[in-house]
Amino acid sequence: MYKILRREDLSSNVVLMDVEAPMVAKKCLPGQFIILRVNEEGERIPLTIAHYDREKGVVTIIFQTVGATTMELAELKEGEYIHDFVGPLGNPSETEEFKGKKVAVIGGGLGCAIAWPQAKAIHEAGGTVHMIAGFRTKEIVMLENEMRASCDELFMMTDDGTYGEKGFVTNKLESLIEGGEKYDAVIAIGPLVMMKFVCVLTKKYNIPTIVSMNPIMIDGTGMCGGCRLTVDGETKFACVDGPDFDGHKVDFDETIRRSRMYSQQEAAAREKHACRMEGMNNGK
Amino acid sequence: MPEQAPDVRNKNFEEVALGYTAEMAVEEANRCLGCKNMPCVSGCPVNVQIPQFIALVAEGKFEEGYQKIAETSTLPAICGRVCPQENQCEGKCIRSIKGESVAIGRLERFCADWHMEHSTEKPKKVPSNGHKVAVLGAGPASLTCASDLVQMGYDVTMLEAFHAAGGVLIYGIPEFRLPKAIVAKEVENLEAMGVNIQTNVVVGKSVSIEELKEEGYEAIFIGTGAGLPSFMGIEGENLNGVFSANEYLTRINLMKAYDGKHDTPIFHAKKVAVVGGGNVAMDAARCAKRMGADVSIVYRRGLEELPARKEEVHHAMEEGIDFKVLNNPVKILGNEEGWVTGMEVVKMELGEPDASGRRRPIPVEGSNYVLDVDCVIMALGTSPNPILKKSTNGLETNKKGCISADENGKTSLEGVYAGGDAVTGAATVILAMGAGKTAAKSIDEYIKSKN
Repeated sequence: MYKILRREDLSSNVVLMDVEAPMVAKKCLPGQFIILRVNEEGERIPLTIAHYDREKGVVTIIFQTVGATTMELAELKEGEYIHDFVGPLGNPSETEEFKGKKVAVIGGGLGCAIAWPQAKAIHEAGGTVHMIAGFRTKEIVMLENEMRASCDELFMMTDDGTYGEKGFVTNKLESLIEGGEKYDAVIAIGPLVMMKFVCVLTKKYNIPTIVSMNPIMIDGTGMCGGCRLTVDGETKFACVDGPDFDGHKVDFDETIRRSRMYSQQEAAAREKHACRMEGMNNGK
Repeated sequence: MPEQAPDVRNKNFEEVALGYTAEMAVEEANRCLGCKNMPCVSGCPVNVQIPQFIALVAEGKFEEGYQKIAETSTLPAICGRVCPQENQCEGKCIRSIKGESVAIGRLERFCADWHMEHSTEKPKKVPSNGHKVAVLGAGPASLTCASDLVQMGYDVTMLEAFHAAGGVLIYGIPEFRLPKAIVAKEVENLEAMGVNIQTNVVVGKSVSIEELKEEGYEAIFIGTGAGLPSFMGIEGENLNGVFSANEYLTRINLMKAYDGKHDTPIFHAKKVAVVGGGNVAMDAARCAKRMGADVSIVYRRGLEELPARKEEVHHAMEEGIDFKVLNNPVKILGNEEGWVTGMEVVKMELGEPDASGRRRPIPVEGSNYVLDVDCVIMALGTSPNPILKKSTNGLETNKKGCISADENGKTSLEGVYAGGDAVTGAATVILAMGAGKTAAKSIDEYIKSKN
């Protein structure tokens, strides 16, 4: 059992938790993830490690309440426990190679929680980092101060223009490139559709692009292939070969399709869970 | 042995074989001739003293029979159920020359079940000898190795990547062949004997072998199995509705996706093709059948060549699973949304025997046709997971990624031993247990020689 030492609501549906997991904290590096199970009946879900404190043995996760499991997780309070928490899994992101280089790090929504530690690591390794953070609307903006402290320049975007500049992250990236910025690499982390369109854009300008893939996972240790995706025509397992891949080689359409595999069952579980919570709130 | 009726059991996940009654066990035990040279014992990788325990059963001394088995075997309730006895102890039974061998496996299972039901005695803790050993993985090889070591007095810590111990016994073999409560009970016994089991630890990621040595573990046993699934590399394999048997079985068995009370979803297919002919293929097919699908096994050789146990094939056929033998997948077809709509297969014929001694399947030109399925489960075998190899300097492996170990389980690294599927590639529970036992003995000798 893994104790929740701190929880903080970053926006209406995004929660941060500091979890006591010394073994994970001791070894983890930016880009790696954990798999957790909320309770005995729970499913295993992957979440990226947003932050860690080796001395205190603490791992920080940030998640969005998108379905039954994340809703259950969000109900846990400080001092309560997560049943299972295993990691670090996956390969760490490359950061050293960006020393002395100029990199655009792009985060979309919750993806900012994963893009931020990577930006920080590259910045600390001696790279110049421009960060573009995109949100649907003002209410869900998060981690602005953390991101600002971890890069050379931060561009905040909202789809509806309620905060920062109006537009998508791709609009900003294109205008920066067109304005003469020369990026050695682009790192994109966020919804699959966002990453796909970032890659379409950077392909045009021939800028190497790394994406962090988030397919369906079960074990997270390479034993089932549930997370497989096609990269450069070859099948890869995101949990052991990734999660970072060359974005220009990823078959995004296939991955998007595979991510919808259980959408009906997920919707039913979400519904059931929401009803149960409502019943409890009504004192039933 | 009494069994659930095929048409009843193919709709539930309860155990198929119901086990002997006391009368049946005594009657069967009386068939044993008590041979002096005991060929059956030589067929058992963990050397259960078979005629001796059977003689006790014949006298109605069931608990004593169990104790006799327990002298050499760690997991009799499991072995009695899942060992391929026809190739092991029962294959060597004198009675099998003329007629049917003594049902050693069923008697073993009977004793173990009797013990679980009637005995209140707690397993004994052996005083510690002060030496620490780490056992990696919690499958049959590791459970056996840990059990033997803890009984010799070692402080044993078992590290498991999943959230529960048991390995293939809990994620692979379905409930209807091996109830998970039995595995849990055996694991509890091991803990009561003093084995410290830590789940959620991925050796190679959470901690390295080198770090374990630094932490004072004098020897390490690697029993991490062969969990990496193979795919065919044909078109359409990444369509929605195509699974590795490992994924399908893990969702069903470990995550209990079948019972509707657990959160892990499972794809509810109508028509399933399971590709492969081993025990894993039979397990996947029988699970899919219980989930309400029409199921076909697609296998490139003939019925005679099916590598699965005869008993499993027989059970699968009884349960209404269709066998499309001498058929090989060519590609998987999908619709515009990317869901499986069918599988194109080609008919095969058998040619000359190949290097493995089995007749080589050859495609029959122009015989392609499409099977109407919405789900394909690939049960083509597995190989060892590369995580450990990648993170451990100097750990030698062969071309297939299997850890190189000698007949005593010794690897290329001092103090590091290995056994089970991690060394042999996918094999059987009982062979893994035998390897765990051998390695425990080697580890004991190694630590004694050092001190």
